[in-house]
Amino acid sequence: MKSGSTLEKVLVAGNFAVTAELGPPKGADAQVIIDKARILSGHVDAVNITDNQTAIARMSSMAAAKLVIEQGMEPIMQMTCRDRNRLAMQADILGAAALGVKNLLCLTGDHQSFGNHPKSKGVYDLDSVTLVRMVKDMRDVPAFQCGEEITVAPELFIGAAANPYADPFPFRAIRLAKKVEAGIDFVQTQIVYNTEKFAEFMAQCRELGITERCHILAGVAPLKSAGMAKYMKNRVAGMDVPDAVVKRMEDATDAAEEGIDICVEIIEQVRAVEGVSGVHIMAVEWEEAVPEITARAGLKPGSASL
Amino acid sequence: MIVAKPKPFRKIKQFTDPYQNILVVGCNTCVAVCLTGGEKEAEQLAAKIRLHRRREGLGGTVDTVTVLRQCEHEYIEEIKDEVEGRDLILSTACSIGPQALAERYQDVRVVPGMNTKMLGMVKEHHTWSEYCVACGDCVLHKTGGLCPIARCAKELLNGPCGGSQGGRCEISPEVECIWQSIHDRLKRLGMENDLKKILGPRNWSWSKHGGPRTFHKEGFKP
Repeated sequence: MKSGSTLEKVLVAGNFAVTAELGPPKGADAQVIIDKARILSGHVDAVNITDNQTAIARMSSMAAAKLVIEQGMEPIMQMTCRDRNRLAMQADILGAAALGVKNLLCLTGDHQSFGNHPKSKGVYDLDSVTLVRMVKDMRDVPAFQCGEEITVAPELFIGAAANPYADPFPFRAIRLAKKVEAGIDFVQTQIVYNTEKFAEFMAQCRELGITERCHILAGVAPLKSAGMAKYMKNRVAGMDVPDAVVKRMEDATDAAEEGIDICVEIIEQVRAVEGVSGVHIMAVEWEEAVPEITARAGLKPGSASL
Repeated sequence: MIVAKPKPFRKIKQFTDPYQNILVVGCNTCVAVCLTGGEKEAEQLAAKIRLHRRREGLGGTVDTVTVLRQCEHEYIEEIKDEVEGRDLILSTACSIGPQALAERYQDVRVVPGMNTKMLGMVKEHHTWSEYCVACGDCVLHKTGGLCPIARCAKELLNGPCGGSQGGRCEISPEVECIWQSIHDRLKRLGMENDLKKILGPRNWSWSKHGGPRTFHKEGFKP
């Protein structure tokens, strides 16, 4: 075991993992985290704690991760390269590990121009690939990025993101292979709506041996309205929402219900793809949808049968 | 070349209104080429200031002088007679100009007439794009001759990120995804295996992050 995290145990045992997302609040209210954690508790193996998601300032992912641990749940702490240099990142990685965080998701991060502080300075000392390598060396050597020894290594299960829908498509699996080479243990993908393209991406991953070397969790998200479907299709970079999905949302009498139906169908389809080890359900500010989705998809947390 | 853009005229008014004896100093190198701060533009700016002062009844004198390069002491030395007795110098050079003038003419106030934008080249007619950030450690040999530090919004060494779509950057459809271009070019050159190599982490100490930089050409006395 590299980290001893529940997520690692589930994936190593070959059980289908279920993760969800918990966005920290735009305030100092711990209760928000506690309430969201309670909704998700028992339905998932671990929850991603976002790090200033979409470049909007929020409670820190490390603090929120600690609050989630106190609720008896396992966090996957997200860390972006946008807001910190390697000094601050290593400090937070050690601090997080000391607080009991066992999973770390390494991201470059959305550009600061998207968020509520577009006048801020972007850091990008590292990128997601070099961040992964740094965390792996901190855990396995164990050493800081500068080469100096670390006395007590942070035992972390290292993750990253992959987007099968960004361009150039033939390079997406190759880029993921770079993250594998850098040291990831698991990956969560961009939200899947186009399942055909996802299957093609997975075939490329199998061909490159990626599925042998890291666990792939397919990202899914319930659509709440036709407006949201269109927004994601047209306005969110790196998203691929097929017209058929938009049409289903438009034609639905109960859009939220239809969104959950579509999500459940997608889970069934991605689950059938060889090399998919789990799903990551991103129901942002709609955590109540997660128990509904897992129940309808017949998903139990992989940890339930460890 | 260095590309600079004039500050808004409301700023220029703010800077110059309180003074009576103003010298606008143009620069005939980079900013002349990008048509913003050379002799002609410095004279146009001085005329605009004069007109504004006449309208507002502010009086005073506004003259112009242009040097070949404001970033070299020997050229700014040449204008010492014009500077004599002035209470304000307004420079239309890149930000090196006002600094050089402030160093040479310690008793005269110096203000910038421009915002220095980038090290760039002409991409289309009268349109300049950023090509270099003077990071101090050129990586072009690894990236098909296209700079990800200057031209990727996130300065990625292992792009393109998940926001690249149709050759455009996630921050705006107006912005080229340089990593898509790097990918295409390396492929065309049969060098796509280079894209599999993990680049970085960078040594930023060779950039401004290592503190202000100096460069001394070996073999010459400082």
